[in-house]
Amino acid sequence: MTVTPASTDPAPLARKAAGATFDPIFKVLCASAATMLLVTLGGIVISLGLGGWPALSKYGLSFFLSSTWDPVADIYGGAGPIAGTLITAVLSLCFALPLAFGIAVFLVEFCPPLLRRPIGIAVELLAGVPSIVYGMWGLFVFAPLFSQYVELPLIAMAPPGSIWEQIVQGIPNGSGILSASIILAVMILPYMAATLRELFLTIPQKVRESAYGLGCTTLEVIWSVTLPYVRRSAIGAVMLGLGRALGETMAVTFIIGNSHAFPKGIFDGGSTIASTIANEFQEATSDLHTSALIALGLVLFGLTFSVLAIARALLGAPKNG
Amino acid sequence: MFKSFAITLTATLLASVAAQAGDITGAGATFPAPVYAKWAESYKAQAGTQVNYQAIGSGGGIKQIKAKTVAFGASDKPLTSDDLKAAGLVQFPTVIGGIVPVTNLPGIKPGELRLNGDVLAKIFLGQVKKWNDPAIAALNPGKALPALPITVVHRSDGSGTSYVFTSYLSLVNADWKAKVGANTDVAWPAGEGGKGNDGVAALVKQTPGALGYVEYVYSHGNHLDYISLSSASGAYLEPNEKTFATAAAKADWAHTPGFAVSLLNQPGAAWPISSATFILVYEKQDDAAQGASVLKFFDWAYKNGDAQALQLDYVPLPASVKTLVRKTWAKAVHDASGKPVYVSQ
Repeated sequence: MTVTPASTDPAPLARKAAGATFDPIFKVLCASAATMLLVTLGGIVISLGLGGWPALSKYGLSFFLSSTWDPVADIYGGAGPIAGTLITAVLSLCFALPLAFGIAVFLVEFCPPLLRRPIGIAVELLAGVPSIVYGMWGLFVFAPLFSQYVELPLIAMAPPGSIWEQIVQGIPNGSGILSASIILAVMILPYMAATLRELFLTIPQKVRESAYGLGCTTLEVIWSVTLPYVRRSAIGAVMLGLGRALGETMAVTFIIGNSHAFPKGIFDGGSTIASTIANEFQEATSDLHTSALIALGLVLFGLTFSVLAIARALLGAPKNG
Repeated sequence: MFKSFAITLTATLLASVAAQAGDITGAGATFPAPVYAKWAESYKAQAGTQVNYQAIGSGGGIKQIKAKTVAFGASDKPLTSDDLKAAGLVQFPTVIGGIVPVTNLPGIKPGELRLNGDVLAKIFLGQVKKWNDPAIAALNPGKALPALPITVVHRSDGSGTSYVFTSYLSLVNADWKAKVGANTDVAWPAGEGGKGNDGVAALVKQTPGALGYVEYVYSHGNHLDYISLSSASGAYLEPNEKTFATAAAKADWAHTPGFAVSLLNQPGAAWPISSATFILVYEKQDDAAQGASVLKFFDWAYKNGDAQALQLDYVPLPASVKTLVRKTWAKAVHDASGKPVYVSQ
């Protein structure tokens, strides 16, 4: 069989000419889109830095260590919101991770095919609920129930003078650090569950079947084969959840209790960086107040950026790492 | 920075649209936004002029009028006469509102609990911690007060409401003035913060033993338990249109530059935490026609808007104050040649 040489056909020549004209333009367009992204990112960092500089240079290290936030005297220390951000993000991760893991394992290993789609859709729907809805639900529905059935009994049960009493102190009205963490956990759950499920599905069927063939129980397969196989990427998935928890604003603002002080217990009111900015930016009239809020924004940007960078690095690494 | 940029951009876009259509744009305080919207709606139907009001907060309103992106700014916190002079602005009040301390106390009916300003400040300072504290019991002889801890609820967002409330506490308690002071947002010594009036209302409703403060319209609309608060002369008053109007009538509007008179803590039957909300316009109007239509709108509202204001739980200005404001317009708001842009008929 002989194949007609392509050069005898006039059409490819014309195509080549067209390619010579449009390809460079296309390349430039794509490159400028990518450059614009980098410029935007750089612009955000620079303007946050410039905007926050007056506060950062005035207070120096005490901006991170002091929790005095007094707009009347123009003294700003961000320790309260920074601590609140980290505490709620880590707590929410502690609640969401086991659940997300359970959902992902169930969907991949145990789920009857008939249920797989409905559960998958439910997880996606949960991810699609706007955060303000979580906030209002949290304040009007969740908080009263949480106060009555969790906070009040726990406070009543705590032996006076014990460490336990220290931990559960606060105002038992359903809003506070712990409530905010639980709402956050619900919000980051679907992202983590979906990412973990995708990861588990990347494991070649053969590997798992071999393990079962060797006589492993399901638990053993998950513990000794599945998890080691996706370990690094799974950490990346966790980091993505953490990144979202760090920056979540409206839902947290509704339910965290909004006090600038360093939280004393898990039922105590606190604040996060994002909630502080959302609360105060509109009415921040003094320049230093605005600057302090922008500086907090820079801190949050740094936190989220490093978490996402770690996530990227781990997700990008070889799957069998 | 980005937010204010975005606001500026939106306001500029809207302003340019407005300029084309002969419409007017204002921005500022959230507290009077419902009544401004209502007035704008009726005014559009009667006069054909569209008034766009953006409730971006008092701080935002002051920034926007100073940046000249809007035809008028609105603020709950009056500018001082020095600020007004420096910026070349004229300030006038539109409606009066009251701020109401609200409680959630099982077994105590609305208006039954009596407090005075000093004790209220002590509670917000965290010095009085229980409802059966002797300081509260002394004001409520013969009443069975619960042994509940007091949960203070304040606004978490910067707000004109907080400004008026903390101004009142500063006025009646020296300790509060020295330690906390008055501002749209302060370093609250005690309690939790709710976002917006409705956030405070929700937290108070959900927390037995809570004490918060909201605009009258929210205490009224949410059926929250208000307290009886003593005026400067010691009379215990309930918050309502009548006691707010008394506060407005007693104040010395004529001799206060920029109408920035304090309605707080007056003697007699005047609700002690009342305040006016203000509009800011430029003395010298670059666009005389636009300046005239702003004043025309508010003059129309003074003449026709009282019923609507009352319906929305605001208190209209006393007639004498309206006359004073009209005089100020004729005297102070002028075009480039110094001619008044609008004279009320």
